[in-house]
Amino acid sequence: MNPLDRYESLVDDVDAFRAACDRPLPSVVRTNEIAATPARVREAFDEAGVAYEAVDWHDGLFRLPDGNPGGNWPYVHGWTHGQEEVSALPGLALDPRPGERVWDACAAPGSKTTQIADAMDDEGTVVANDNNLGRLSALRHNAERLGITNAVVTNQDARNFSLKPLAFDEFDRALVDAPCSCEGTCRKNPDVLDEWTLDHVHAVAGIQKGVLARAVQATRPGGVVVYSTCTFAPEENEAVLDHVLASEDCELVKFDLPVETDPGVTEWDGETYDESVTRAKRIYPHRNDTGGFFCAKLRVGGEDDDGRTDRAAADDEGVAA
Amino acid sequence: MSDDTSSDDAPTNDGQRFDRLPATPDEREVEGRASRAEVLDWWHERFGIEPAIFEGYSFWEKGAGKVWIFNGEATDPSEVEAIGMTFLRTRQEHWKPTGRAVSRFGRHATKNVIELDPRQASRFAAGEDQDLPEWDGDWGYLIATHEVAGESVPIGVGLYLYDELRSVVPKGSRADLPVVE
Repeated sequence: MNPLDRYESLVDDVDAFRAACDRPLPSVVRTNEIAATPARVREAFDEAGVAYEAVDWHDGLFRLPDGNPGGNWPYVHGWTHGQEEVSALPGLALDPRPGERVWDACAAPGSKTTQIADAMDDEGTVVANDNNLGRLSALRHNAERLGITNAVVTNQDARNFSLKPLAFDEFDRALVDAPCSCEGTCRKNPDVLDEWTLDHVHAVAGIQKGVLARAVQATRPGGVVVYSTCTFAPEENEAVLDHVLASEDCELVKFDLPVETDPGVTEWDGETYDESVTRAKRIYPHRNDTGGFFCAKLRVGGEDDDGRTDRAAADDEGVAA
Repeated sequence: MSDDTSSDDAPTNDGQRFDRLPATPDEREVEGRASRAEVLDWWHERFGIEPAIFEGYSFWEKGAGKVWIFNGEATDPSEVEAIGMTFLRTRQEHWKPTGRAVSRFGRHATKNVIELDPRQASRFAAGEDQDLPEWDGDWGYLIATHEVAGESVPIGVGLYLYDELRSVVPKGSRADLPVVE
């Protein structure tokens, strides 16, 4: 069975959805502004005759129609990093600021960690954690290649992450870009659809709930947690949010992304979820010609520094500003 | 520092743990560990990089002589996989900057910088050694640069000896790049 069949009831235009999933994606690179501006990358590409197309919703992203994102000087100098367009969205939703303490719970191989460090101007502390020691070497390689000096790399199970080795006991923001069934990456790697099983979906959903709960616990009141996956499965998306809304002190907040999105779903396979999961965003391949993705933004409960607790304050903007 | 260096209590370098560099040689407790002052002096003397550039960064040793530069908050000592980036190799006759450090901070250098032409730059990035008898500066570790989009950009660390520039770009970072005239 092709797992994409499951989602036909969720999308508005099944033919467009299926057709988009069958098309390959171009290579995309993100500008590392710690090292260079998008204008400078453009100039270097022009000079070297590297073909590129701008991504209209993000001036630091370039599509490289000829592929080979690593075969040019901007890459060697750490000015660019291969990162799919949709993969840049959770970092935008997280909106980290210079000087903050940020946790990237499932960080390897580091595309989002390095994007977070860049948004922080390399100031503050980003804790990049992964449970897989082997994948941490790729993360470290990428962080060093991009000249990041504010990252702490840890090797723990994120579900019971300890802040003991750190110089502080709570985060301002956390990103849970969870391990998932990866259906949304089928345009890059069609094998994910052949290897897909419902058992894996259920197994990984349990891990996702544990990691997201720990992220909420480890983030200060009023702080932000972003949850993202590259799957369409509600079991791994809305159901995980629903679980954490019920078990931890947090709420889903409204947020904007610069692409076309669909709201989270409240019903799936006989289950119903908290109404607020509609605040999460589904990114379907046919909407923006990207990979598939899911992204939600949570505010951790309790009084923040300004004494605000209500959802209106969180919606107002900024959340952990 | 104690005179009794043979004691079992004398602190030694634990290669598995991050330890902050002492501020000055006088505050050194672990034998052979570089101090922050020496590290700053070295970058200043070798490459003309002002110590002020590194204000706000902390320096740590993990591994024998491997010095890391970090711009975040850390406890002391910190038992994590990595903090910041690798920066400098000490505990050897000639200290050696990492390619990453040179890539990140090399633009502040005012001496021992060797500007390569497009062909030389590509050969350097590929890890090739090349004859460069025209260099009349110091021997030893140099910062190799080339021009990209109108500005000079560090490529990595070269070792200059006997009219030859050796590329010490690590194998995993070497790249075959077209010559960009």
